[in-house]
Amino acid sequence: MTDFPRWKYALVALVMVFGVIYALPNAFVPVPAVQVSANRGAPAIDQAVRQKVIDTLTQKRIAFGEVVVEGDSLLATFADTDVQKSGSDAIKALLGDKYTVAFKLQSTVPEWLGMIGARSMPLGLDLQGGVHFLMQVDQNDVIDKQESSYADDIRSLLRDKKIRYESVARNSVRGKGVAVVLRSEDDRAKAADAIANEYTDLLVSNGPSTGDRFVLNAVIKPDKLRDIGRGAITQNLQTLRNRINALGVSEPLIQQQGENHIVVDLAGVQDPAEAKKLIGTVATLEYRPGIGHPGDPQAREAEKTGNIPPDANLYHMRGTGLPVLVSKKVIVTGKELVDASSGIDQQSGTPKVDVTLNAAGARKMSDFTNANVGKPMAVVYVERVTETKMIDGKEVRVPKVTESVINDANIASPFGRQFQTTGLGSPKEASDLALLLKGGAFAAPVDIIEEGVIGSSMGADNIDKGFKSVMLGLALVLLAAAVYYKLFGLVADIALFFNLVILVAVMSLIGVTLTMPGIAGIVLTLGMAIDANVLICERVREELRNGSTPHAAIYAGYEKAWSTILDANVTHLIAALALTTMGTGAIKGFGVTLMIGILTSLFTSVTLTHAFTAAIHGHRKLKTLSV
Amino acid sequence: MEIFNHDSNIHFLGMRKYTVGLAILLMIGSIVLIATRGLNYGLDFTGGVSMLVNYDQPVEIADVRGALAKGGFEDAVVQSLGGTREVSIRFQAKDDPEAILANGTVNLDRVSADVMAKLHAARPDAKLKSRDFVSAQVGAELKSDGTWAALLVILGIMAYLWIRFERRFAIAAVATEIHDTLVTLGVIALVQREFDMTVLASVLAVIGYSINDKVVVFDRIRELFRLARKAEPEEILNRSINNTLSRTIITSLFTGITMGAMWLLGGPAVHGFAITMLIGIVVGTLSSIFVASPILLWLGVSKKDLMPVTRDNPELARRP
Repeated sequence: MTDFPRWKYALVALVMVFGVIYALPNAFVPVPAVQVSANRGAPAIDQAVRQKVIDTLTQKRIAFGEVVVEGDSLLATFADTDVQKSGSDAIKALLGDKYTVAFKLQSTVPEWLGMIGARSMPLGLDLQGGVHFLMQVDQNDVIDKQESSYADDIRSLLRDKKIRYESVARNSVRGKGVAVVLRSEDDRAKAADAIANEYTDLLVSNGPSTGDRFVLNAVIKPDKLRDIGRGAITQNLQTLRNRINALGVSEPLIQQQGENHIVVDLAGVQDPAEAKKLIGTVATLEYRPGIGHPGDPQAREAEKTGNIPPDANLYHMRGTGLPVLVSKKVIVTGKELVDASSGIDQQSGTPKVDVTLNAAGARKMSDFTNANVGKPMAVVYVERVTETKMIDGKEVRVPKVTESVINDANIASPFGRQFQTTGLGSPKEASDLALLLKGGAFAAPVDIIEEGVIGSSMGADNIDKGFKSVMLGLALVLLAAAVYYKLFGLVADIALFFNLVILVAVMSLIGVTLTMPGIAGIVLTLGMAIDANVLICERVREELRNGSTPHAAIYAGYEKAWSTILDANVTHLIAALALTTMGTGAIKGFGVTLMIGILTSLFTSVTLTHAFTAAIHGHRKLKTLSV
Repeated sequence: MEIFNHDSNIHFLGMRKYTVGLAILLMIGSIVLIATRGLNYGLDFTGGVSMLVNYDQPVEIADVRGALAKGGFEDAVVQSLGGTREVSIRFQAKDDPEAILANGTVNLDRVSADVMAKLHAARPDAKLKSRDFVSAQVGAELKSDGTWAALLVILGIMAYLWIRFERRFAIAAVATEIHDTLVTLGVIALVQREFDMTVLASVLAVIGYSINDKVVVFDRIRELFRLARKAEPEEILNRSINNTLSRTIITSLFTGITMGAMWLLGGPAVHGFAITMLIGIVVGTLSSIFVASPILLWLGVSKKDLMPVTRDNPELARRP
């Protein structure tokens, strides 16, 4: 007699196979590697480059695994991180700064596993070493900037509308907007209408008036303020991403945490100075008159001969790399740019970027465009990075300036404060341009409020310790269960082992980053998962003592224990859930592991053991049970 | 194999005056300890700079302290991390005023270079393994996050037990829960074990673990009340504790074994976690046996309170 339905056997078998397959990738230890990719303008990576790298490594007696060309990058693997470091140095020296050389952990998971979506768990910084930053975005600065800009705008608006005013100034309290003082009730009404019509994001209200001072308050609407704050974070994230990509770190983690924090984890990087330098890069924008168009004969000629007109600079277009001549005269700079956003142009249906300048910039822009309709205008992106170079054995800090043209378009008609760039290739191009326009610099200043450097040897050490403690914990519990509950204990052992396997499989599939607290969560899960089996075994023993037949005891044992197991696990799940609400990465990782562990253990401890118990005892006449 | 006599009938509730009294004393003691001695907050909470330093040859903690004191870092906390060759050094960034940047944050590279210079002066074989800087503000957020998480756990569990069992069970569980958390924190304050992020995670996990224990006993109480024809609460509660005693202790042992393994082999990163969990397991197990049920009895639980649930939803009691 067996009360265990066949479909459940199938389910258990299926889950076991699933667990083994999807946990398998974690058994393949990734090898340290160096990835080389060509920068824009550099010759593509081919077999010749590969041969040069092999020759150099051989010549310098640096042992390497293999050197392969994969798509447009080159990958060289090494035995350990020390050799990886010297290998990277040698390759950097060989190829120069036309190529980006980055550390990478190359996966050794067989291809067929990758095809079905099986992958290994990404390792946290505490397990592989690296640099960790927690940055705080200063939202106040964003509000300051916006309010100052509105104050400028209102001033010039009132001047345009010929409304006489006493003063226009920001309120001393941040977020309280701009106070406009006018001289008559009539002026105030006119000013209120003008401001409300022109700037729909402002909430205009009358303030207290004394004598001939009529006060008008213009406050940025809360929705808009929230948008600005959110936008600042998004833009900072994007700016960081762009900059860190230039650093060549493979798989950097750049994430928003909480309201106004950004986490940056750079695995494999051991020197935070380089990363910090990049994070602190200053970038600016300049709108300048263009001379001709990108790639036209004049520019190509100048590039070939080096004969550049005295009032012009020769730059290259970002992306296409086409040469372009740009006047040295600056119309407006990025400091005068208030906002840039991408969208779709209603008339032409093509992607566009809307740009808003402040009052000062608007005046200059208006003067220039009135005189230059039909002529090109270029946006030059200037990036200043301080580099540390070794000169005569001494460290010297040299500022390095990179300039490129990110946009070049004809002026269709005169414009001032607001204008748009249309005819962009794709929505992606438009949003990239908008981000670049805004994101030359950070939208809001960032402070590094937490910084950590974990040595790669410490990472390896932690993996080793974590693995050993999981194994010892598992072995001891397996042994104790088998001794105490005999055959039922052995079945529980199988369940516990598969609980570990399935837990690892689910974590890998979801892509949970494995950290030391995560490993602690795994060990704790193993210790507590056995609880369900203890409950079942104790129940079965009890039933046997009460005179039930073995089969009835098994049946009643599972039946009665289930309610308890469910209650115990749901309450435990609530506790784990609360852990995951913690903003902090380490505790979150622990909570997520615990939560998945509780769910997998419910299946393995109850359904899986029941299947095994039914298979062992189901068709036999039993006198006693080994429990 | 059986360690515990299955016919055990220890009169746990007979000692309830003493056990609950002791529990209250422990709780008060813990509150006093936490208030006076305080928790030895780690870097995650206090902010500051932390460095892990490795020596090729064994080193005396006192020597490391001496070297730092000579270099102006008198207030640095130096701890050995299992073994004689690895130490953790913790101090506030203001000890190295030159490394504080204009915006109040810290130039970590500068600080660690300064500290390593002092250490190298005394012992050239010192090697820097990792360094961290945390601003005080992060710690403040962590404290409030941690408190919120603990409250969330307690309220969530209370709500679940209220719905699934009955009001008195929810109150008894939460009261015991608060006892367990406080006493665990009290022990940590007593031994001045560093209270860092992993220990906080562990304290929250203790709440989860100990509620598990209580629910098992409560479940049995509910079952026995429903089965019994004449239900004398004190007798039912006592029988429930005795019936589940073997399970309570065996599960604690099993979980304890795994935490012991982690304490032994897991290294400094999870040391605090394992110890806290071990303390919590002991406290949680004892309170499941000696504290939770007396509170339930005192709140006046009876057969009548538990029956309507079955009438409303007979499925619930014997769900597969």
